[in-house]
Amino acid sequence: MDVNKNSYTIGFATIMVIIVAALLSSAAIGLKPFQSKNIEQEKKQNILKSVGVEVSREQAEIDYSTYIKEELVVNHLGEIQEGSAFNVDLSKEVRKDAKDQSLPLYVAEVEGALRYIIPLRGKGLWGPIWGFISLEKDLNTISAAVFDHKAETPGLGAEINRDFFQDPFAGKTIFDGEEFKSIKVIKGGAKEGDKHGVDGISGGTITSDGVTDMIFERLSMYLPYFNNVKPAIEVDSVFSAMDSVVTVNDSIIN
Amino acid sequence: MSKDSLFSKKNLKLIKDPLDDNNPITVQVLGICSALAITVQLKPAVVMAVSVFFVMCIANVVVSLMRNMIPSRIRIIVQLVIIATLVILVDQVLKAFLYDVSKELSVFVGLIITNCIIMGRLEAFALANTPWKAFMDGVGNSLGYALPLVVVAFFRELLGSGTLFGYPVLENLGLYQLGYENNGMMILPPMALVTCGVYIWIQRMRNNKLVEQN
Repeated sequence: MDVNKNSYTIGFATIMVIIVAALLSSAAIGLKPFQSKNIEQEKKQNILKSVGVEVSREQAEIDYSTYIKEELVVNHLGEIQEGSAFNVDLSKEVRKDAKDQSLPLYVAEVEGALRYIIPLRGKGLWGPIWGFISLEKDLNTISAAVFDHKAETPGLGAEINRDFFQDPFAGKTIFDGEEFKSIKVIKGGAKEGDKHGVDGISGGTITSDGVTDMIFERLSMYLPYFNNVKPAIEVDSVFSAMDSVVTVNDSIIN
Repeated sequence: MSKDSLFSKKNLKLIKDPLDDNNPITVQVLGICSALAITVQLKPAVVMAVSVFFVMCIANVVVSLMRNMIPSRIRIIVQLVIIATLVILVDQVLKAFLYDVSKELSVFVGLIITNCIIMGRLEAFALANTPWKAFMDGVGNSLGYALPLVVVAFFRELLGSGTLFGYPVLENLGLYQLGYENNGMMILPPMALVTCGVYIWIQRMRNNKLVEQN
C-alpha cells in the first residue's frame, strides 16, 4: 500500500484523531471521580488550615466534620439562605453582580473557640488566586489565612502559598473601631505595629496587590452579615461575662 | 535483519551511548530549556526525569510499531499527537493518584510535550528501527537526560538552599555556625547555565572523543 497517497494520509489522520479523542476522553471520565475527590479533600484541608488545624489530605476528610459546625450561605443583605457553603462554587459567584451572589461561610469550633471562615477568590498576575481567611469570635481579629494560586510566577508571586507570607496575617484586625479597614499587603514591608498590613513579596507586587484586593472585596461582601450577628455576639459575651461573675460570686458565697 | 540477542553489545550501546558520548543535553544540546528550568531542586528534577522516561519509552515503541503506516508528509504531526496524548495521560493519572506530586510539577508536565529530545529520538531513531531497539534507545536517552539534570539539581539545591530533597543537610552539618551562607546565585536561572557548562567542561576533560579536532 502506498502510504504517501493523499487519500491514505487523510484517512490515517482521521482515524488517529478519533482513536486519540476516544482514549483521552475515556481516561478523563474514568479518572474524574479520583481527581474530584482529591480536590474536595484539598479544599477541606485548606479550610481546616485556615483555622490553624494542619492535617494531611486524608485526615482532613475525617477531621472536617469534627471542627466545622456550620456551612452557611448568606446573601448580600446578610440574610442566611438555603444551601451548603461547601457546594457554592465561588469562581462562578464572583462573576455575578454583588446582589446576586451567594456567599459561603463556615463556622468552626476549635478547642472551644468559635471561628468564622470566609472563602476568598480573586485575580493574581497570571490567573486566579484563592484562599480562606478565618476570623475570631469578635469578627475583627484574623485567626489565620491560607492562599493558593493557579499560575503565579514560581519563586515570586507563587510564594503566597508559603507559611512566611501567610503566618503574619494571624492577629491582624480588619476593623479600626467601627471603620472597615481590611488587610493590606504592603510593598516594601508593613510598618511595625501596623494592625491592618502585612509584608508583601519582593518581585511579586501584582500578586500581592491581588491578595489585597481579594481580601477587601470578599470581606466587604460580608459586612451586612457581620452587622446582623455582631449584636447577638456582644449580648452573648455579656452573658458569658455575667456567668463568670455569677460563678465568682457563687464561689465567694460558698 | 540481524538476529541480535535482546541485550547484545549493539543493543546495550543504545543505552550506553546517550549517557556519555552522545548525551542529549551536554553533547547534542537538546532539551536544554527544561533542564535549566527545573533544576533548582532535586525533587521536581527527579519526577520530571521519571515522567520523561515513561513518555519517551512508550512514544518510541508506539512510533516504531507504526513506522510503516505513518504517512511521511504528516509524520511530525503524528509524533506530536502521540507525545501529547501520552503527556496528557501522565498528567491525568498524576492528578488522580499522586495529587501532591502533580501540584508540585504543575506546568512542567505539559512542558514534556515540547521536549525536543523526545521528538528528536522519534524522528531520528524510532521511525527507522524495530520496537525493541526503539525501546532501548528510549531508555538510554531518557537516562541521558536524567543524569545531567539530577547532577545539576543536586549542586544547585545543595549550594543554593543548603538542602537535598528538602532535607536540611548543611544545617545538620553545622556549617552555618561556622559562618557559611547559602549562595543565592545558585537559585537564579543563569547559574543553571553555568553549572551545566561546568558539567560539560568536566565531561569533555574526561572523554577525549568529544573534543573537536581543528
